[in-house]
Amino acid sequence: MSDHPSTYQPNSGIERWLDTRLPIIRFGADLMSFPTPRNLNYWYTFGAILAFCLGVQIVTGIVLAMHYDPSGVGAFMSVQRGIMRDVNYGWLLRGIHANGASMFFLAVYLHILRGLYYGSYKAPREVLWLLGCVIYVLMMATAFMGYVLPWGQMSFWGAKVITSLFGAFPVIGKPLTELLWGGFAVDDPTLTRFFSLHYLLPFVIAAVVALHIWALHVPGNANPTGVEVKSKSDTLPFHPYYTVKDLFAISVFMILFAVFVFYMPEALGKVDNQVMADPLKTPAQIVPEWYLLPFYAILRAIPDKLTGVLALAGALGMLFILPWLDTSKVRSMRYRPQYRLFFFIWIVACAALGWCGSQEPDGQILEGVKTFTLIDADLNSVTWLSRFASIYYFAYFLVITPVLGLTEKPLPVPDSLYTPVLSHPAGAPAGAAAAPETKG
Amino acid sequence: MLRKIFAAATLAGLVAMAAPAVAGSTRETLKEVHWSFESPFGQYDQAQLQRGFKIYKEVCSACHSLNQIAFRNLGDKGGPFWNPKYTPNDNPVVKAIAKDYQIADIDSDSGDAIKRPGVPADYFPSPFSNAAAARAANGGAVPPDMSLLAAAREGGPAYIYSVVTGDGTDAPAGLTIPDGKYYDPWMSGDVSSYFKNPGHKVPKGGFIAMPPPLIADRVTYDDGTKATIEQEGKDISAFLQWASDPHMEERKTLGLSVMIFLFLFSGVIYASYRTIWRNVGH
Repeated sequence: MSDHPSTYQPNSGIERWLDTRLPIIRFGADLMSFPTPRNLNYWYTFGAILAFCLGVQIVTGIVLAMHYDPSGVGAFMSVQRGIMRDVNYGWLLRGIHANGASMFFLAVYLHILRGLYYGSYKAPREVLWLLGCVIYVLMMATAFMGYVLPWGQMSFWGAKVITSLFGAFPVIGKPLTELLWGGFAVDDPTLTRFFSLHYLLPFVIAAVVALHIWALHVPGNANPTGVEVKSKSDTLPFHPYYTVKDLFAISVFMILFAVFVFYMPEALGKVDNQVMADPLKTPAQIVPEWYLLPFYAILRAIPDKLTGVLALAGALGMLFILPWLDTSKVRSMRYRPQYRLFFFIWIVACAALGWCGSQEPDGQILEGVKTFTLIDADLNSVTWLSRFASIYYFAYFLVITPVLGLTEKPLPVPDSLYTPVLSHPAGAPAGAAAAPETKG
Repeated sequence: MLRKIFAAATLAGLVAMAAPAVAGSTRETLKEVHWSFESPFGQYDQAQLQRGFKIYKEVCSACHSLNQIAFRNLGDKGGPFWNPKYTPNDNPVVKAIAKDYQIADIDSDSGDAIKRPGVPADYFPSPFSNAAAARAANGGAVPPDMSLLAAAREGGPAYIYSVVTGDGTDAPAGLTIPDGKYYDPWMSGDVSSYFKNPGHKVPKGGFIAMPPPLIADRVTYDDGTKATIEQEGKDISAFLQWASDPHMEERKTLGLSVMIFLFLFSGVIYASYRTIWRNVGH
């Protein structure tokens, strides 16, 4: 991989035999000794945390599927009566799987924010970034279909709202929706095909993750300074330095995870989903899971359905084209104070969109203040807050990022990623640290 | 700076997702009750679950099904009649309860539809043979199944407690109550089209098809507890909370071990991390 020479020495006869046929041990050894920038902070541990999340979801999901009945009549009971009550530790498996989805998204959002902040998407890592975006979109599809499977009220009505979005497209809309439904409404065939796809997609994700890691190992890790690795002294072998750091981060992450699983397993869910799906009874408010709320808010901010759907897709599309929107030569926002400020406002805008997505569209922001109606909504309403936040969301990518890259005067960037490290009080003499004998 | 803002944003996000959607904001604030199962260490009060089961059996079950619960579940660990000496299937109390119910079955010799006494493996039978029959007998509203009622309502047991004990509330002046319905300040809903009292705020709450279910001494408790409306309300709410979340005790007990393990594990890994990185500039 890249210009990292293999240091693996087959020690036994069988290893030498295997090494000339399928050098899989060499592959693993090279992954472990991969030179990694020595200045990665805890924001760089989310990659490992996400791999952990994917593993947890796949393992728990496979066992849950053994007890699940993907039919309109049986789904709700197989989950609520079967898995939650009768299956040994079924409550635990489902608690981990359902909350695991939220944990997965929490980690992926922090991982994406880290990439945005440190400019990890810039050349030569565009393909790495694009693969990450693909994983994110696949995750959303998988999570959405998984949420349908318990076949509660919110599962059913959420499925109806989201699948109906495809109906907004001219000409292909109707046949596409019917293909998704497997009929003329959300019904048994919809549930069964969602189950099938929900089982398939995680393995597709796993495959794209493999590509993502491959694409990571070609240019190597970016790092908080954004300065590329220049010499061997800038790096440390991945193992044991980053295996132990990642493991510590995973362990702390598991504490948060366990708080949800054991002490508030339903806190992130909706109470309506404890009622079996009823096509004749619409819930008072149909709301997606928290991790999809910002996009839901963007969708609802626009009165026209097709434009709303396109805006939703566009919001994701921004991430895909970001590497070509950013005109700045400086990678890390550490040295771009102005851009950093706009970035923090962007995070606030995303949080505001998330909040808006959970509220009734005509709800008031300032209680009791009535202003005037503009484009179908009062100015003091959730809808208008979503509109302002959506405008900022898009402006951040389409205007601020390209323009600021040309006009901003960045702070001085260090010559090497190790320079700030050496000035650190705990900094050791260069070279000494990379020597294996210094490890405890 | 970055760290703080990210931490704040994460926290805000967590709070936002933990805060339930405010669809029910049109209802009255729920009554406050202290429950034995509230805290991270809180467990069910078995005597209370037994009293609550009595209310279900003698009052609620006339209209409400409990179709996810089998008789044997009453004898499960953490359940109302759990007894460490017996398995749920051998538990004499559970067997006696099951026997009191008539379960629809098919006679294996003749193929005729028959009724037979229940066994612990049977599920609680529904009071109505189908939803249409339930609707017809209850003024057009199907009484909801009670297995997950506490989990399916915002506020859980406090909501149930408020509704079942709250029926002394007189309907506000100017509110026209539809036939066969009752005013309930804790139901989510909108009564504005039934309210004509100029100058007054539209009352909170909605209409419910259930008549006030509890009166004092509606049941006679076996343990001698005085059956006030409040006591009955608390007991049935606790029982329904158990019915919704029967593995809570097991979950919290295992959770405690897991948390202790994770803290120790994190500590050990952190120590390894510090050791490995001891002489490394970074």
